[in-house]
Amino acid sequence: MTESPAPRASHASVLDGRTPLIEFADVTRIFTVGDSTVRAVDGLDLVIGQGEYISIMGPSGSGKSSLLNLIALLDRPSSGSYRFEGHEVTQAGDDTLAAIRREAIGFIFQFFHLIPRLSAAGNVELPLVLAGIAPALRRARVTRMLEAMDLSARATHRPAELSGGQRQRVAIARAMVTEPRLLLADEPTGNLDSQTGIQVIDLLENLQRTRGITLIVVTHDPALGRRAARRIRLVDGRLDADVSD
Amino acid sequence: MHDSLQLAGGALAANRGRTALIMLATAIGVAAVVLLAALGEGARGFVVGQFEALGTNLLVVLPGRNETVGGPPPVLGTTPRDLTIDDAYALTASRDIEQVAPLMVGEAPVSTAAGLEREVTVIGSTAEMAALRHLDVGQGRFLPRMDPKRGAALCVLGFGLAQELFGLAPAVGQWIRVGDRRFRVIGVLRDAGVSIGTDFNDLVIVPVASAQALFDRRSLFRVIAGVRPGADLTRASATVHAIIAGRHDGEDDVTVITQDSVVATLGRILGAITLGVAGISAISLAVAGLLIMNVMLVSVTQRREEIGVLKALGARTADVHRLFLFEAVMLAAGGGLCGLASGLAAAALVRRLYPAFPVLAPWWAIALALGVAIVAGLVFGVVPARRAARQDPVNALARR
Repeated sequence: MTESPAPRASHASVLDGRTPLIEFADVTRIFTVGDSTVRAVDGLDLVIGQGEYISIMGPSGSGKSSLLNLIALLDRPSSGSYRFEGHEVTQAGDDTLAAIRREAIGFIFQFFHLIPRLSAAGNVELPLVLAGIAPALRRARVTRMLEAMDLSARATHRPAELSGGQRQRVAIARAMVTEPRLLLADEPTGNLDSQTGIQVIDLLENLQRTRGITLIVVTHDPALGRRAARRIRLVDGRLDADVSD
Repeated sequence: MHDSLQLAGGALAANRGRTALIMLATAIGVAAVVLLAALGEGARGFVVGQFEALGTNLLVVLPGRNETVGGPPPVLGTTPRDLTIDDAYALTASRDIEQVAPLMVGEAPVSTAAGLEREVTVIGSTAEMAALRHLDVGQGRFLPRMDPKRGAALCVLGFGLAQELFGLAPAVGQWIRVGDRRFRVIGVLRDAGVSIGTDFNDLVIVPVASAQALFDRRSLFRVIAGVRPGADLTRASATVHAIIAGRHDGEDDVTVITQDSVVATLGRILGAITLGVAGISAISLAVAGLLIMNVMLVSVTQRREEIGVLKALGARTADVHRLFLFEAVMLAAGGGLCGLASGLAAAALVRRLYPAFPVLAPWWAIALALGVAIVAGLVFGVVPARRAARQDPVNALARR
């Protein structure tokens, strides 16, 4: 990992005095399907500061999910540079990336992706298990997190016994239990009714404000997208708009 | 480590049907190894026990030098000195030797007054033979104690031969003709069935001097020496060699076979058979291992989402790898322990039903069965575990 240079001048206004968390420089991600190649992300320059609330929007196939996977360190750019918290990560090993995900990044998915055989508490505990935290400490943190999500009464329930909103709150608890600095939400309300969706998004915004975490929401719901302070729009893997309030 | 075990255990518990089937396959394999080995060991114990009933404290002295213990003396080549009745009784000078029975063996036509005639094995021996070979007399008595160098017109018949010659009429007191001599029947052996080596049902036992005269041979067929209980067989055998050498002008020209060496040879043969059978049944364990691999591979495909989530949450490749490997090993070990329990239970049942048959699983079979089961779990768990660990989280999570 190399030392990061000072942010470029063009970023200064966007960052608004924040420390950069994510710095993309000319990042491209190419997928090969048979003979054809798709530039899912095409020469993207993007800087996201610590504590920002960002929505990423765009039509289907615009590269939203690809960008999210790149940000999440689940995928690697085909070319370009990605600095996470100032460290170049494009060449980092799998275990290093896994360690960053464990320690710094929380995930929320459209389909919750809870492990069906584990209870709500078990699902929330999972990232702490992977982080190698001692059982007693784990249980305390899980209990606190479930309380914060108003899920204490549901701790022993399996995902199948929970409503959609409850499942997404379990997923949020799981994402937040490691106290990450970056929370990534991929269509977090996509599988919920509008009422529950609003509750979930209120919860996420509240976490972003009170804990100072960076929240990135990928959505194609304009109403949801408009709530973010900074709104990024992708078309064909390129930045179409980057608007801040 | 503990957490991985718990997670793996949870995954197994969540798929009870699948887990039970795999464990059953492994259990059958392990139980087969354990039970077959136990049966083999039982057979070995049974046969060896039968031999030991004949007396492991016996030394058999044969005229002629034979380097390989256990075989008959050489037919051609050396012309050994006679092994005489005096040689036989000289052995009792040793502290280690309790009693001896000189033995002549031959074939002779046997007939009765009624005119029945047949070639029968004739054994010449002394009163001590009954004790040394555990012979029981059903009617009358065995050869009396007398000067072994004096013949007597007395004989003891095997049970089968007595029936053949005299039917239901009492044989004791009757006269028979053996070769060109007449003998009075003084006893009939109890129905002994076929003991290993000799058919004691179909023979005539006469005093050893009478047999020498009958066959016109001076040299004994062999001498059976009973070693004092607790005495060392090797030392007793050395003493026999020394005594005979002293009597044969310093030439050690006899072969001494211990019953022990025969038992040991048989034990080795049966042990090898047991090992072979157990090895074959271990193949069924390998098949169980293949089943484990198949099921784990299916499981990897079914649990793409879980693997993706684990990776997204920061699980290292090694973590996922370990998780699936633990599952495979837990399946194998769980099945192995169940199989071990049922194999041992089955062996115990056989032991209870046939107390004479010492069916007991040897420790090596238990180790082999469990070892092969666990190694199979490990080996066949590696491929699915690696496939799971290599899953691309993006793809795994994108699918729904």
